[in-house]
Amino acid sequence: MRNPAATKLGYRLLDHTADMGIVFFGPTVKALYEAAAKALADLLVEGPAPEKAQRLSLDIEGEDRADLMVNWLREILYLWAAKSLWLLAANVEHITLKRLSATVRVAPYDPTHQRIKTDIKAVTYHRIQVRRTKAGWEATVIFDV
Amino acid sequence: MEITPKRIDAYRWEIPVTGKMRVPGIVYADDSILEGKEQNEPLQQVANVAALPGIVKASLAMPDIHWGYGFPIGGVAAFDWEEGVISPGGVGYDINCGVRLATTTLLKGDIATRLEDLVNALYRHIPSGVGSTGSIHLSVNEEKKVLRQGSRWAVFQGYGEAADVAHTEEKGCMENADPDMVSQRAMERGRKQLGTLGSGNHFLEVGFVDTVYDETVARAFGLFEGQVTLILHSGSRGLGYQICDDFLVRMTKSSKKYAFDLPDRQLVCAPLRSEEGTAYFNAMACAANYAWANRQILLHRSREVFYRVLGVSPRDLAMHLVYDVSHNIAKKETHVVDGKSRVVCVHRKGATRSFPPGHPELSPAYRAVGQPILIPGDMGRASFVLVGTQAAMEETFGSTCHGAGRVLSRKAAMKKSKGRSIQRELEDQGILVRWTGRGTLAEEMPEAYKDVSKVVEVVHGAGISRKVARLKPLAVVKG
Repeated sequence: MRNPAATKLGYRLLDHTADMGIVFFGPTVKALYEAAAKALADLLVEGPAPEKAQRLSLDIEGEDRADLMVNWLREILYLWAAKSLWLLAANVEHITLKRLSATVRVAPYDPTHQRIKTDIKAVTYHRIQVRRTKAGWEATVIFDV
Repeated sequence: MEITPKRIDAYRWEIPVTGKMRVPGIVYADDSILEGKEQNEPLQQVANVAALPGIVKASLAMPDIHWGYGFPIGGVAAFDWEEGVISPGGVGYDINCGVRLATTTLLKGDIATRLEDLVNALYRHIPSGVGSTGSIHLSVNEEKKVLRQGSRWAVFQGYGEAADVAHTEEKGCMENADPDMVSQRAMERGRKQLGTLGSGNHFLEVGFVDTVYDETVARAFGLFEGQVTLILHSGSRGLGYQICDDFLVRMTKSSKKYAFDLPDRQLVCAPLRSEEGTAYFNAMACAANYAWANRQILLHRSREVFYRVLGVSPRDLAMHLVYDVSHNIAKKETHVVDGKSRVVCVHRKGATRSFPPGHPELSPAYRAVGQPILIPGDMGRASFVLVGTQAAMEETFGSTCHGAGRVLSRKAAMKKSKGRSIQRELEDQGILVRWTGRGTLAEEMPEAYKDVSKVVEVVHGAGISRKVARLKPLAVVKG
């Protein structure tokens, strides 16, 4: 069973030999994708949220819900790895089986105030699952660390 | 599905052809390596690879086999160049992750009192850790030159010597590299990271030659007992990751076109002769060249630190590059299969080339003895220098193992290290360690890895490479 803290945070960690597995939860499919993006950001960086933030509009495509999840998280990771932009909030405005549009709030990483928690290098397809549950929606994603 | 390999001899196991497998799986291992239920998943991955179109002879796994994305780590597979496929999952995210070994004229005792200064200066002078950026900032045009020229670019810029290029696999440059196949995103991620070590299992190690097993070959490699050495382990940084990711996306889209029946999405692939296959091979070569340039710059920076801290001249230190090997790569090579010479694409993912004496691709300095192979261990035990053999050419497409392989998850390693000082434990063994990432030391502690000497005994016993020397660490810098 999920513990209450995990449900509140929207994710829990799985143990995996080489890498990091995460299970995300959300009452709706929109909330699931938002929780996944926020969880990824939480795993990457810790510290107080910076005041200076900017909004970006993202349009993501995938072959199915699972591919869409991987591509969505890849985009969040790309903003971090290439541009040092840390995600503060994600709002999925429209989502279908193969497409989503979202507005994300991001801020430049500032090593004097924030600290890197985990070096997540890639979002993988390994054991990827996005499924409906009794409580809503659930997804499993393995990150390469 | 439970995979039960059949023993062939003391070091070889077969996974017989079942289901969709086109060829058998051959695993190089002893009894202890295949013990435990966690080994079923990588063995299943060996079987999955055996089902890919155009695979030739067998899906192979080296004794450092462990679970990877799509292909297992320690996996070797060759595909017919005309009818086979190429797969980013058969190369890995960190394209041309590899190792280089340099020797010096110094003996262990010569640096004993300066070791702490040396490791501190190496740590300060060589950028490491998550997202580290170097002092080299490239324009787009200059970055394209790095991607085309590899080690040659670095040496031309003054980071090293012409002899370094001659002592690098492929002379530090895959000629098919085409920067037009590399995305803007990958270019962006590569621009500021050249000359950086990175994080995770990447490291720089000052060590010494502890044991020589083969005097003749050791002499040809310039190795002698007690000699101070330097090992560098790094790859293509964010650029390689982005290229892998870009082609996973592209091949996921195109896989329907080829109607491949894949058991795992991480095995997406494209025919070698297709537009996507060619584009990946040429983009991968760019990342390979970037990694060689990166390790060349890291070697140059290390030499500078040695000169300054030890107060020795380049001539007196004579820090020569023994060799640089790649252990995540796909290569176009010619091999004899069933008595016929065939052009194949050899995927080595967590596996190293092991070319024999006389092979035309070897540097003239090593043609009489065979290719140097560098097998790094964990930071507390040992690393090995091996030499390539004819048996490897005949059995494994000229391939052998690449390292130790993890046994503990990062979380399990963190748990096991709780209440302990890994730094103190290593210092008690005479090994100084400096690191950047918060959890790096615990996650990378020696117990998190298999004992590399067991892995090496298997490839030596099987004859797919031979032991030349054992190196022990004195000081380690981790990302």
